Amino acid sequence: MDLTALTATQIRERLVKKECTAQELVRAHLENIARKDGEVRSYITLSPERALEQARKIDGMIEAGEPLPRLAGIPTAVKDVILTKGVRTTCGSKMLDNYIPQYDATATIRLERAGACILGKTNCDEFAMGSSTENSGYFTTRNPHDLTRVPGGSSGGSAAAVAANLATVSLGSDTGGSIRQPAAFCGTVGMMGTYGRVSRFGLVAFASSLDHIGPFGRSVRDVATVLEVIAGRDPKDSTSVDIPVPGYEASLDKDIRGLKIGIPKEYFAGLSSTVGDNIDKGIQLLTKLGCTFESISLPHTDYAIACYYIIATAEASSNLARYDGVRYGFRSPEYSDLRDMYKKTRDGGFGAEVKRRIMLGTHVLSSGYYDAYYLKAQKVRALIARDFVEAFDEVDVILTPTAPSPAFKLGELVDDPLQMYLADIYTVTADLAGVPGISVPCGKTKGAPALPIGMQLLGKHFDEERLLQVAHAFERAGGFEIA
Amino acid sequence: MALTEKDTRYVAELAHLELSEEEVHKFLPQLDSILEYVEKLNQLDTTRVDPMAQVSLPTAQNPSLRADQPHPTFDQETALANAPEQDAGCFKVPRVIERE
Repeated sequence: MDLTALTATQIRERLVKKECTAQELVRAHLENIARKDGEVRSYITLSPERALEQARKIDGMIEAGEPLPRLAGIPTAVKDVILTKGVRTTCGSKMLDNYIPQYDATATIRLERAGACILGKTNCDEFAMGSSTENSGYFTTRNPHDLTRVPGGSSGGSAAAVAANLATVSLGSDTGGSIRQPAAFCGTVGMMGTYGRVSRFGLVAFASSLDHIGPFGRSVRDVATVLEVIAGRDPKDSTSVDIPVPGYEASLDKDIRGLKIGIPKEYFAGLSSTVGDNIDKGIQLLTKLGCTFESISLPHTDYAIACYYIIATAEASSNLARYDGVRYGFRSPEYSDLRDMYKKTRDGGFGAEVKRRIMLGTHVLSSGYYDAYYLKAQKVRALIARDFVEAFDEVDVILTPTAPSPAFKLGELVDDPLQMYLADIYTVTADLAGVPGISVPCGKTKGAPALPIGMQLLGKHFDEERLLQVAHAFERAGGFEIA
Repeated sequence: MALTEKDTRYVAELAHLELSEEEVHKFLPQLDSILEYVEKLNQLDTTRVDPMAQVSLPTAQNPSLRADQPHPTFDQETALANAPEQDAGCFKVPRVIERE
């Protein structure tokens, strides 16, 4: 029995039947990491002691016949922008190379309280800024389906770890598509809840009005379970919302017949057949399952990337002002005075993409440009959000491709930031509007090696349940392996 | 609008970034092309649109603010644990006030 290939649901059954122990599960994953992660490179830091200590606790509970929490013994990876007390958290940046958090993120606490065993911290684009994980200050993670290709980003390590059986589930963060796009590239399920659904306390801030934490898994059920565990009001995050968390897992099997799904024409104009053919088959399958489809319009889609890169960089330039070499992180060894220390510290600690975004964000907020850029972008954001409100008057769910292409080659877009930004063209809109989204595998490309294609479902605010139900029905009907 | 080298250096100064000559020349055309791209927002008439600073959730019961009550926080040692330099229980920085 390969313990690393199981879903969380299968692990739970085996633990209860005493067919394996939590410690065996953790060790099997650590061995797989030792064997395979030299190639995939999904982890920056491993935390074997922490994972094994938790596993011993779970095994003790099983021994004592105690009821097991939801994620008991589940080997879990956490993106390195989410704080883990006592375990180095770098954000993929040399700026935080030696940063050991003094506290846990709320999501980390909730995972461990539910019994998850945290194996380590996964690679990502520096401060989650990127779409390929090539902007990591450490190394580039590779796509497990083709090691010459990117895993997507920014949560590339979390997606690749789950795809390569180096973790059963993982956490990522999504600001413009950073969970859904790598999930699509790596052939996993990845979900972002409604803005406010999951506490961001302890998520290192990138763009606060857009940042989300969410799960990756190899099944919709696993993703539903992790989301259920981490969701809910947290007094430590004033944007987290006090709406009860439904039983996502318990309601997965609800009938989806009669659901109205919208196909936004703007997301399909100019779509390559490589992606489009698979999405068409996905639509046919959901039709067979009883959903009805309707063409809709989200008229401001074409403005989303421009809007996003103003708002996200403006907020980033403000959030990243804190890295000044005073309280934590890197400090330049040489400087003449305080101001010089700030500048040399930031020049030495940040990589190129982070500097580029800080520059852009500082420019659009600077005196004389604020109205033309930032205020304008906030108004366009309102129009994009309104598109969704109006569309959801007509339909229950919106279906789109997750990304315009399958995983691209390492190095292919790295020198052209604007082209790289366009990799997020189908995902940024949900972050701007604050609606939930999930990416599920929808077959593969024809070539060899075959590359995964992702299908995205977007829902109404706080309608995660429905997205998960559609995704689950799609999975059960064989949609992940559609051909 | 075209970004100049002078603008780039000015913005770097505002952002407390000490860019090398090489970085200035690399970033200038990249930033310029991104700024040119975002100009497309001006195709939209937004005179009657309110800016959206945050996702507003009409159905949300969001108390937003917790009660302003004191609660335990880090002790001094913990708070200083990641300091690049510390002295006498404080974060140490280069001198900013000259002695007479």
